Amino acid sequence: MELLLASAIGVLIAAGVYLALRARSFDLILGLTLISYAVNLCIFAMGRLAPGKPPVIRDGVALTLTNHADPLPQALVLTAIVISFAMTALLLVIALRARSAGASDHVDGREPGDKA
Amino acid sequence: MLLPILLALPFTAALILLLAPRVGRNFAAGVVALAAVAGMGVLVWIAPAMIDGEVLRFRVEWLPLLGLSFSLRIDGFAWMFAAIVLGIGALVVLYARWYLAADDPPRRFFGLLALFMGAMLGITIAGNLLLLVVFWEMTSVSSFLLIGFWNHRADARLGARMALTITGAGGLCLLAGVLLIGNIVGSYELDAVLAAGDVIRADPLYLPALILVLLGAFTKSAQFPFHFWLPHAMAAPTPVSAYLHSATMVKAGVFLLGRMYPALAGSDEWFWIVTSVGLATMVIGAALAIVQQDLKGLLAYSTISHLGLITLLFGLNTQLAVVAAVFHILNHATFKASLFMAAGIIDHETGTRDFRKLNGLWRYMPVTGALAVVASLSMAGVPLLNGFLSKEMFLTETLSISAHPPMDWVVPAIALLGAIFSVAYSVRFVHDVFFGGEPLCPAGIPHEPARFMRVPVEVLVVVCLAVGIAPQYTVAPLLEIGARGVLQGPLPDYKLSVWHGINLPLIFSMTALIVGTALYFLLQRGNALHRRDYRPLAKLGFDATLERVLALARRITAALENESLQRYLLLFVLCVLALGSAPFLAAPSAPAALPALAAHPLAILLWVMAIGGVIAVLRWHRERFLAVILVGAVGLAVSLTFVLLSAPDLALTQLLVEMISVILMLMALRWLPQVGAAEKAGAIRWLHAAVAVTCGVGTTALVYAVLSRPTQSISEFFLRNAVPEAGGANAVNVIIVDFRAFDTLGEIAVYGIAALIIHAMLKGASSATLPVQSTPGPHRPSLLLQISTQVLLPLAITVSLYLFLRGHNAPGGGFIAALLLAVALVLQYMAAGVRWSEKRIASNWHAWIGYGLLAAVATGIGSFAFGYPFLTSSTPYVAIPAIGAVPFASAMGFDTGVYMVVFGASMLMVSMLARLKSERGPD
Repeated sequence: MELLLASAIGVLIAAGVYLALRARSFDLILGLTLISYAVNLCIFAMGRLAPGKPPVIRDGVALTLTNHADPLPQALVLTAIVISFAMTALLLVIALRARSAGASDHVDGREPGDKA
Repeated sequence: MLLPILLALPFTAALILLLAPRVGRNFAAGVVALAAVAGMGVLVWIAPAMIDGEVLRFRVEWLPLLGLSFSLRIDGFAWMFAAIVLGIGALVVLYARWYLAADDPPRRFFGLLALFMGAMLGITIAGNLLLLVVFWEMTSVSSFLLIGFWNHRADARLGARMALTITGAGGLCLLAGVLLIGNIVGSYELDAVLAAGDVIRADPLYLPALILVLLGAFTKSAQFPFHFWLPHAMAAPTPVSAYLHSATMVKAGVFLLGRMYPALAGSDEWFWIVTSVGLATMVIGAALAIVQQDLKGLLAYSTISHLGLITLLFGLNTQLAVVAAVFHILNHATFKASLFMAAGIIDHETGTRDFRKLNGLWRYMPVTGALAVVASLSMAGVPLLNGFLSKEMFLTETLSISAHPPMDWVVPAIALLGAIFSVAYSVRFVHDVFFGGEPLCPAGIPHEPARFMRVPVEVLVVVCLAVGIAPQYTVAPLLEIGARGVLQGPLPDYKLSVWHGINLPLIFSMTALIVGTALYFLLQRGNALHRRDYRPLAKLGFDATLERVLALARRITAALENESLQRYLLLFVLCVLALGSAPFLAAPSAPAALPALAAHPLAILLWVMAIGGVIAVLRWHRERFLAVILVGAVGLAVSLTFVLLSAPDLALTQLLVEMISVILMLMALRWLPQVGAAEKAGAIRWLHAAVAVTCGVGTTALVYAVLSRPTQSISEFFLRNAVPEAGGANAVNVIIVDFRAFDTLGEIAVYGIAALIIHAMLKGASSATLPVQSTPGPHRPSLLLQISTQVLLPLAITVSLYLFLRGHNAPGGGFIAALLLAVALVLQYMAAGVRWSEKRIASNWHAWIGYGLLAAVATGIGSFAFGYPFLTSSTPYVAIPAIGAVPFASAMGFDTGVYMVVFGASMLMVSMLARLKSERGPD
């Protein structure tokens, strides 16, 4: 299972970086979204994989990490998910405004070959 | 307690001037003068302690980790200097009240003057070296503002800029030097530093520290080669020149030399550097003073020369020389300030400061003339005036150098030369202005100034005379106190008398007087001096250097920046790649031997879904609707991965965030091209692909290597303490709203700010600025959707509240609940249209964000009331009738804040995007 997760993270990063390097603003946003999925999975994976052991304290289950998944990386990732969503929304609006009044959606604000 | 009051007086005056509604000249001058006089009163009060040789201290810890404490320390030297600052300050304020024109803003002028006075006082009585540097920089800044006071004049602006650049750079050097010294001694407290002189001098870092501190002192005191800013600072109003640039601020450098004397002086390096710089400055300043055409310019160069003299004396490393230096500090302040004020009077009455136009003013302003003549003679070193006494002491000391062979005749010889020049320019000042023909005055017939404008000059000249005639009864105690403060020990034997018998110094003085006067008349034959124009080479050099530095900066920027975001990103990614792979390749990073988990069939399915989705996105990324849906599918796979790997909170959050971001992206696609432009085929795409693949492979290897190693986690603490300390069974939620609530506070603040930025950016946007990409959808969406959302909405509210309330003990919590409600409301928007929904749902989303943050912070502050630090929570039980005791952790208040902020911010984002109207579309 570790190999599955690691390879999925790698593929997400590769695709995300490739899209982020594209010339259009929307591709950049898609790329950053994929990268943020990968990074969230990566941080989460640092707590090691523990399928079937939610970090909720129940009666009779000893309070050790062999019986629960690591809650700390999960808390960190939760924050990360929320903030990266906020940034995605912000980027979308910036891309939108950058396109105002006939300007292009190229990441540089103008088509290559146009003078500024 | 007196010390902080003393320091606060000028700052209080500045504050009063800042806040008072209407400030006239009299009020402003009165307030500042009152502060100065009150300060003098404090000094008089502590005079007995100073005479006994005590040191008064005051200390409050400020930043103990940095070694910066607000400690004030006043010993004899500081006391004497503070008396100069406050005494001359009071006189200058009185003078300035009459000097300033009616339309010069008094609030700004006197306020800045008060600020400067306070900062200068701070340098004087600071007991901590870092505090001294803070006040040092404050004087640089207030001096900058005062020089540029008449900011409509270009020469004032340039002079101010030059002064700030040089003294600011010196201040940085001083800071570096102070840091080194603090490092050597182990503390920045002045007491410790002054006691550790031998330790400092023996340290290998002594020379760098010395040079840096000296750079600070020399730039401030306009020593060669940093002297050129002072003449350009003469563009300031004359009271400023009299106060800052003769009596106090430029003296800060020599004050520093005196202050640090026990700590840094006594070594050969000190002797050679300080003496040579002082000597050079003294003679160069004096020579240049002779050829000036501006009244204040001559006085400026003369100040430079006299400061060089004081520096030279400090450099000689003998105790008697120190006494002479302190004496000259006192004397120079008196006669120079009076001369500057006299020059200002002349300027005020005649309208010009040019030697070529000023002649024969004796007839019109005899009293002022007499005062100026006396002060100039003191400057020249004529007997029976205070300048003579300190010049004598100076010459005596230069003739007693024994330690360093060539200097024992070089220094006296050049000193004599300096004295000759000094006499020459003093005579020039007197002769060229007050005698010799008729004046050419733009302002009409000159006459004596207002009574009170002359009073400060009179006072100072009387002091010059009194000290010169009877030093034993006037200045001796003051000198003793001051010198003892510098030496931090017993004083050598010296006699302050007018007549020491015929000795070499006296012969030198007389020679200088005769030769200097002769030199002046020689140079001035046929008004030759009036025709000589001195080109400011130093300023040209300064400007040229500045221009070259700026040009270099522009060239570097142009080379690195070609305005292509893709290139920057590529460089960025390559740097990250390099930084990440370096340690990875260096250390053993092969996967270790932890037994791998068996692959769950669901995991394999999710893997296929994710990889498939990603490949599809890559393949069809130009068809944007499709790409958004595929990215949503990948997000779903990620969410299910969280479910599989026991992260229920994460899974819920990811799912809801996914939903909202897909919605937002689709809304944005209305205004962005729905099919991306085709990209030019080229090698760059292969480069990008190669870099991307490398990143992916690297990350995979890294993650796999980590996952195959065991871990040592700190989270058992959270698991064990979740229920007893935080009252919650959901460990993740407990960490978020309780143990690490401070981070969450920051996070919701960021979320709120993002929403506010979106609001600000879209507030003014309208159809005119945004081109629509798609024709609007059907006017009325499906009936099924409408009815089902109406049913779903109350359910959604219930579920949201349920998830919120149970979040502390089961998967749920503020984020998830808020996002859920937001998604439900967005469905409503989609179902019924924006206009319909806005009429019914719209609320002041900003208020939600604001109150939410308030709730979160108030919960945190609430713990202050019980004496606990910020955000400590408690877990009482609340008895609800018919339900029983319900655990109600105070973290609930915090979670409520989170809920409100996330909900309000999300709705704000969505509603702003939804409200963008096009000129054609309906909703």
